[in-house]
Amino acid sequence: MILKTTIRALALGVSVAAMVAGAASAKTLVYCSEGSPAGFDPGLYTAGTDFDASSKTVYNRLVEFKSGTTEVVPALAESWDVSDDGMEYTFHLREGVKFQTTDFFTPTREFNADDVVFSFTRMLDKESPWYNYAGGQWQYFDAMSMPDLLKSIEKVDDHTVKFVLTRPEAPFIANMAMDFASIMSKEYADQLQADDNMPMLNQQPLGTGPFQFVAYQKDAVIRYKANPDYWGGKEAIDDLVFAITPDAAVRYQKLLANECQIMPYPAPADIEAMKSNDDINVMEQNGLNVAYLAYNTLQEPFDKPEVRKALNMAINKKAIIDAVFQGSGSVAKNPIPPTMWGYNDDIEDDPYDPEAAKKMLEDAGVTDLKMKIWAMPVQRPYMPNARRAAELIQSDYAEVGVDAEIVSFEWGEYLKRAAEKDHDGAIILGWTGDNGDPDNFLAVLLGCDGVGTSNNVAEYCDEDFESLIQKAKTLSSQEERAELYKKAQEVFKEDAPWATLAHSVVYMPMRNSVQNYKMDPLGSHRFDGVDIAE
Amino acid sequence: MLRFLFVRIGLLVPTFIGITIAAFGFVRLLPGDPVLLLAGEHGVSPERHAELMHQLGFDRPIWVQYFDFLWSVLQGDLGRSLVTHRPVLAEFSTLFPATLELSVCAIIIATVVGIPIGVIAAMKRGTWVDQSVMGAALVGYSMPIFWWGLLLIIFFSGVLHWTPVSGRISLLYYFPAHTGFMLIDSLLSGQKGAFVSAVSHLVLPAIVLATIPLAVIARQTRSAMLEVLGEDYVRTARAKGLSQARVVGLHALRNALIPVVTTIGLQVGVMMAGAILTETIFSWPGVGKWMVDSIFRRDYPAVQGGLLMIAVIIMFVNLIVDLLYGLINPRIRHTR
Amino acid sequence: MSRMEAETQELAAESPRMAMLREFWAYFSENRGAVIGLVVFVVICLVAIFANVIAPHSASMQFRDSLLVPPVWQEGGSWQFILGTDPVGRDILSRLIYGSRFSLFVGCVVVAGALVVGIIVGLLAGFFGGWFDTLVMRVMDIILAFPSLLLALALVAILGPSLTNAMIAIAIVQQPHYVRLTRAAVMAEKQRDYVTAARVVGASPLRLMVVTILPNSLSPLIVQAALSFSNAILDAAALGFLGMGAQPPTPEWGTMLAEAREFILRAWWVVTFPGLAILVTVLAINLVGDGLRDALDPKLKRS
Repeated sequence: MILKTTIRALALGVSVAAMVAGAASAKTLVYCSEGSPAGFDPGLYTAGTDFDASSKTVYNRLVEFKSGTTEVVPALAESWDVSDDGMEYTFHLREGVKFQTTDFFTPTREFNADDVVFSFTRMLDKESPWYNYAGGQWQYFDAMSMPDLLKSIEKVDDHTVKFVLTRPEAPFIANMAMDFASIMSKEYADQLQADDNMPMLNQQPLGTGPFQFVAYQKDAVIRYKANPDYWGGKEAIDDLVFAITPDAAVRYQKLLANECQIMPYPAPADIEAMKSNDDINVMEQNGLNVAYLAYNTLQEPFDKPEVRKALNMAINKKAIIDAVFQGSGSVAKNPIPPTMWGYNDDIEDDPYDPEAAKKMLEDAGVTDLKMKIWAMPVQRPYMPNARRAAELIQSDYAEVGVDAEIVSFEWGEYLKRAAEKDHDGAIILGWTGDNGDPDNFLAVLLGCDGVGTSNNVAEYCDEDFESLIQKAKTLSSQEERAELYKKAQEVFKEDAPWATLAHSVVYMPMRNSVQNYKMDPLGSHRFDGVDIAE
Repeated sequence: MLRFLFVRIGLLVPTFIGITIAAFGFVRLLPGDPVLLLAGEHGVSPERHAELMHQLGFDRPIWVQYFDFLWSVLQGDLGRSLVTHRPVLAEFSTLFPATLELSVCAIIIATVVGIPIGVIAAMKRGTWVDQSVMGAALVGYSMPIFWWGLLLIIFFSGVLHWTPVSGRISLLYYFPAHTGFMLIDSLLSGQKGAFVSAVSHLVLPAIVLATIPLAVIARQTRSAMLEVLGEDYVRTARAKGLSQARVVGLHALRNALIPVVTTIGLQVGVMMAGAILTETIFSWPGVGKWMVDSIFRRDYPAVQGGLLMIAVIIMFVNLIVDLLYGLINPRIRHTR
Repeated sequence: MSRMEAETQELAAESPRMAMLREFWAYFSENRGAVIGLVVFVVICLVAIFANVIAPHSASMQFRDSLLVPPVWQEGGSWQFILGTDPVGRDILSRLIYGSRFSLFVGCVVVAGALVVGIIVGLLAGFFGGWFDTLVMRVMDIILAFPSLLLALALVAILGPSLTNAMIAIAIVQQPHYVRLTRAAVMAEKQRDYVTAARVVGASPLRLMVVTILPNSLSPLIVQAALSFSNAILDAAALGFLGMGAQPPTPEWGTMLAEAREFILRAWWVVTFPGLAILVTVLAINLVGDGLRDALDPKLKRS
């Protein structure tokens, strides 16, 4: 062991010399990322690309998801208490946590309650100078109804913070582990404000996380180095580089050339070749997501469950998995993915049976049906190519005498029109879980509150279903909640507001030299704990 | 000459105002809603939506918005990107050197290869050399460059592994950007191999971008040469017994180059169009790719500012070409 | 033969026109490349017209058990799919054959649209001059100040991505060339004797423009039309490639390329053939265009 360390120290010495000569330093991990981050303040954004580059590297949260799981573990808060009525959460903060020292900021004090209060008030308090500092919106914070939910955030002492809620909310602790809840340095923010340079908070991030920000060249590369003072111990790798490479085929090429060692989102078409390559290790995991075709349940003839059911039976989902996902997905039968707790595996999927479907449609008095299928213009984690899926469904529907037309709009327009209650036809859409809680799928996507928004595009509002999911929200026992969610899935299957299409499988190809990488079920990419063999 | 200069520059004012109206108008006409787009699947409440539209200034009368825009533009402020929240001008200027570097290299390739090819074809007029060179030029001229780029990637990067697939330089090299031009910065950095790496990254995109201008320049040079070679003074020079090389080099080429210079200048616009495709294929972090991304993301201020900047740049390049041409060829001054 | 005579004769008899055509063909057919281009172009036109007879399969038929089958000469290929199949099992050859319809259609519509509108605007601007001319020329300057593809892209983004809108956008972008050409020709012709003569005789301005000036300005316009025909095909394919042109499952070549991009390293045929089809078509048209220019442009004739 000592010998090994010495060798590494020697290697380090050599590599410092090499660095002066121009090459990179000892242990560098290059990650071919899929896109440029829009910015580095995780509160402002909703995309995984932004979180990978900021909250997962530079920042910590009070609580975090344990690497590779959706289990919530202590991070900047060592422990927390919940009041009996479920309305007050008191966090006891970790002591001795240092903020990063970089060439743009040197902290003079350690992490404390002021930082926590600052991080949340910047998103909550409209009077705060930081509320509009980047001209952006606190999207996730808003989307998770935090402004309504949070009554106050109080500093009890330097290492204790109390959150007071307006109502009991079972998923609150899980929400605190989400990226928007990252803890910023108040001292850094104050300095930026004093320098009249506030936008830098979104351009040069500084936190307590495992890696510290070095530089970003737009659309090209982001550089980090390991935080030597990290409270969890310094990372095994010294430098972390994000090589921004939007094209999947190009990422693969770079991986082959060892220009990067790990990449996300391979093209489904390349996965076979990657798996058969001896230098490359392909990790895979079921994504925490679902892709669906949602019928407008307020529109004739889709207001009849038997019509929806018949249309579901006309779709050859297996063909979609083969042609659209290139096998990198699994047929979905429930609205929540199988890796989530509360998943009801006893449910039987509607069989693919065009003959029966045709007959059911005739029995329901539906002939010569003309309808629209909406196909998203963009690629999403749950759906690599909505148009191709729509083409397949269109041809399946033609088999049962349904004449479907494929329509599409620009993405923002698509969501806007999908949100209208009287939109025409069936919409392909999907969802990626935020915090691993079934409530985040079932209540958000199928609850009555969502009718008339882009969340519940089936405009589905069923009494039985609604009462089940509302009750589950208030209980704190996971087992009891799971039972309710299982029942809700039965109701869902009978009513068939959606054709559940697929859960995508997420692949992570990497060089064999990459060690200890854990795939995140929530779809982010984390490099804490990762090592690289020399 | 001075009058010509003033008239020509005076003409820029209405064009500039027209460009601002066009850039502004395009963006207002774009369907879709930036706020909803940013919110994605999560959606946004109607109250918050109204609040944000107000914050972004999209709820004011259109002419107020336009004059605000024009006023800010004159002060050098193009607004902030909705996506990155950085000033559009800053975004543009960090990306523009990459496009400029690519375009300049492509123009150099196109000129250095195109002119000699055109001269040779003209000299060997009617022979198989002429025919094959001009045939190749026509193929280049007809090339869908987005496909050509993909083919080159398949062959040189995928099969031969000679060139890297994308980017501007190997990530092993890290140095501050002094000029924004990777070729110059890599030399300044003094790091061994950095320059070679930068060149190897630049080669394929530059070739792809050079393809069409090269073909145009070669064809233009050939026909200009043919025209000049047929003129009296060249015949005279020949009759006087000057060597073939001297005739071509000194007399014919110099005169033939006048229209070619204009052609090269006009290729700048073509280059910008080509840069959109080339940068998209090679993930080249320049303004072309940024514009496409911004259009898809409905990043209004970025599209607006980017269109304006690109149009203004092309406008000035055209002005310079015009002035140069007027300088070389006095006849032009009177025809306007 | 002076222009004036030509004018009167043309109105009177058919034979000089035939003679002109014959002369034109003589020049044109001398250019071997142009003739080859013409032959290829005619073949492509025939393929487009008789697509449903020639194509082995329907362009949208999905053979669900034959995804990404390679071309016949490669291992795993079959005669059923000569050029292989795409990711949803459609025959590439059939899609290319049907796709020729779209490309030619785009070319025709764009050229016709840009030509007609461009000529009208150019004629008016050139003939009337004054503030109208200034306004038109400034607008054209503004259009030309933007790179054509970027402008087309922005226009399609406004109108919504579809083949029709792509054609409209490309036609708008190509407009200024026709306007400028027509205007320049009109300005030049306006001063000539025969126009003045016609005016003195009392011909109406409209008649003057359409009957007198226009026919004499046709040559550069025809050459430009050939050029913009091929440009239109390229631009439409580029827009399709960027996802802003024809929308899948339309078998437009650029769109096919865009859809196939993710298979670039695994299935070369889905990428290669659509691009090749674009290249061959555009090349053929450009060859014809060169031939036309040589045959119509007296300056370059027999230099």
